[in-house]
Amino acid sequence: MTLRILAFGIAKEILGSTSTLVELHAGATVKELRILLEKQYPRLQKLASFMIAVNNEYASSDHVLQPGNEIAIIPPVSGG
Amino acid sequence: MIDIVITEEILNIQQCINKVQSDDCGGIDVFIGTVRDNTKGKKVLRLEFEAYETMALIEMRKLAKNAVDKWSLKSVLIYHRTGILHVGDVPVIIAVAAAHRDAAFDACRYLIDTLKQTVPIWKKEIFEDGDIWVSAHP
Repeated sequence: MTLRILAFGIAKEILGSTSTLVELHAGATVKELRILLEKQYPRLQKLASFMIAVNNEYASSDHVLQPGNEIAIIPPVSGG
Repeated sequence: MIDIVITEEILNIQQCINKVQSDDCGGIDVFIGTVRDNTKGKKVLRLEFEAYETMALIEMRKLAKNAVDKWSLKSVLIYHRTGILHVGDVPVIIAVAAAHRDAAFDACRYLIDTLKQTVPIWKKEIFEDGDIWVSAHP
């Protein structure tokens, strides 16, 4: 399945874009997505941390991704 | 009442206070974030704020709801700016109204502390010789 991944803050700079498409097998989890992203964009590994949000909520590593999900890379937040 | 806004417009502090005021409340606690002119002594020229707006609004509403439930608040307002802000500008206002002050103080503190930890908003500090996304690296 093809998934569109949104990127914000420093993640946007690391990807060089506000979004990217990735290819994962059906039933792939957030953990598998993270591994793929870290491989494609090694600078993500240098961050203090990053989370994955699915449909506007923080998702755990065992969360199963579905086509059409709104998926985002959330680097360490710093609002306020 | 819960009032959550993300905007590029200048925040009106008095208007925010007026929105949470009500006659059955004994106090309003307000946190006003302001842009500081330095980070560890290094001169800051400006900040650039970016939000994942749909999720940030949801997360802010969650925080507000938690605070209302925990401290029996009458009203919570959280306004956050995005875009370019200069020294002295106000990126965030939190206003909390409650029957008694202890609840208002505690809730206001909880709201700003938790916002900084969980709400998907980012700031970039612009210095004379470069820039940095705050908290991005260990």
